[in-house]
Amino acid sequence: MEPALELDGVTKVFRTWDGKEFNAVDGVTLRVPRGQLFGFLGPNGAGKTTLLRLIHAFWPPTRGRLRVLGYDPATQGGELKARIGVAPQDNNLDPDFNVRRNLTTYARYFRLPRAEAARRADELLDFVGLKDKRREEIDTLSGGMKRRLVLARSLINEPDLILLDEPTTGLDPQARHLVWDKIRELRRRGTTILLTTHYMEEAELLCDDLVIMDGGKIHVQGRPADLIAKHVGRDVLELAFHPGSTPSVEDLRRLPGAADARIEIHADRAFVYHDDVESIAHQAKARFRLESSLVRRAGLEDVFLRLTGRQLRE
Amino acid sequence: MTFPLLFRRPRFSGHSHLVAWRNADVYFLAWKTDFLPPLLEPILWLVAIGYGLGTFIEDVEGVPYAEFLAPALLTLTALNASFFECSYGSFVRMYWQKTYDAIIATPVALDDVILGELLWAATKSVINAAIVLGVIAAFGLVHSWLILLALPVVFVAAFAFGAVGILTTSQAPNIDAFNYPMYLYVTPMWFLSGTFFPLTDELPPAFHFLAYTFPLTHATRIARGLNQGLITDDLLNSFLWLVLVGLVLTLLSINAMRQRLIK
Repeated sequence: MEPALELDGVTKVFRTWDGKEFNAVDGVTLRVPRGQLFGFLGPNGAGKTTLLRLIHAFWPPTRGRLRVLGYDPATQGGELKARIGVAPQDNNLDPDFNVRRNLTTYARYFRLPRAEAARRADELLDFVGLKDKRREEIDTLSGGMKRRLVLARSLINEPDLILLDEPTTGLDPQARHLVWDKIRELRRRGTTILLTTHYMEEAELLCDDLVIMDGGKIHVQGRPADLIAKHVGRDVLELAFHPGSTPSVEDLRRLPGAADARIEIHADRAFVYHDDVESIAHQAKARFRLESSLVRRAGLEDVFLRLTGRQLRE
Repeated sequence: MTFPLLFRRPRFSGHSHLVAWRNADVYFLAWKTDFLPPLLEPILWLVAIGYGLGTFIEDVEGVPYAEFLAPALLTLTALNASFFECSYGSFVRMYWQKTYDAIIATPVALDDVILGELLWAATKSVINAAIVLGVIAAFGLVHSWLILLALPVVFVAAFAFGAVGILTTSQAPNIDAFNYPMYLYVTPMWFLSGTFFPLTDELPPAFHFLAYTFPLTHATRIARGLNQGLITDDLLNSFLWLVLVGLVLTLLSINAMRQRLIK
């Protein structure tokens, strides 16, 4: 069977109002096998959403070759969209219809027969826990309910590939965990899922494989655990110094055992990445005036910040 | 806007009716309020202008003023229905509700969405015109069964009215932008298309030229002729003009919208 996704040098150039060009997606080459839950991570403006829009044939690429589920989005957009489910970032539910009607109307765009549409709508409302809300108007739903309804809508055509653009942004912890459960359940059924997020915890928890993007390019690709091991080591030591007493990177490196550690300093805090930071923590406490020190397991967030930097975006 | 691309051949996937169907569903969900304007407005026009003002006016084209006015109410209501549906209505759906974005994530292509919007606008024009027809019939102002043919005529004319709305939607930075086509196209057409007074030979040639470019002029002539039981070559020519203008404006509006949404 063809892979779910094959991208080869895919580039999308946008022109701003003053005629300047910029590459929202810049030479992305990627292959995602079927059945994976694949993550796209990156700060705002990294090109994640644009890439998803190229994948589901919303926009044509400026350069490069795409194949999605074996289809060419440029010439087989209709066939491809019939096999894809999309849950966009901004909930574009139809406010002119109630909850259930949103699903049945959407089913009609896929030419599902009326009885089949009704059956699937009820089944999906049950799946996302909105059965009791089926007659509610969209405006009365909470943010979490809207996200779940968008998720249900993206499943109405029983897709082979689902695109989830920031599925849990703005949700409270309860709603987020519920959405995660549903995503994992879909994954177990064998559906290929592409997911964008800037919650590292979410990516670490859900994704089989992921890429970190910035400036339209892919920086790294790998399994979450492998990326952490490769780019930051097992543990992180966070040191907070009294204002004005922050040492230099060189001072810290002279600590016993810290010679081969990766050290970063931001304002009055130092981050030491190493496989064994306990002894370094001990030495640091003896040598510097610390406000606090913390040893923790390294996470995807450390990889992310290391690769994309700490400066704010947009 | 890239000019040559406005004449690109649209790619329909045969799903336009699903978009029209969606809009129809919304319309019939609120049918009690939707049916009211086309029912009340022509009554007010007939009472105030047709009979009120009309008593001071001699017969026009051989008929009492109210009877002269009545067929125009049919075409005016179509102009209103179609233009508003495809301007404010379409803008809200495209810009605020992101309804188009949601639909084109399915096998329904953008060209189908725009054609569907126009199909619905034309259907709604026919529904409203049929209601107006009922009203003028109740006032005893229908002369010939042929007036029923005005309904398909209105369906065709609605494409020319609605496509101008879609064209504006494709360029509108915000909802206030619709003031331009309102005051440059709809309102002049409303008053100057031989709707409230006949386009007699005494009027200056420039006026005639302007009036005969308006689709509403042709739709109104046809409706009026049909109400008198007439089908002449002249009216057939008017109908062909409506078809031509409707086709061209529909093509332009689909491609202008594509340029706005497909980057």
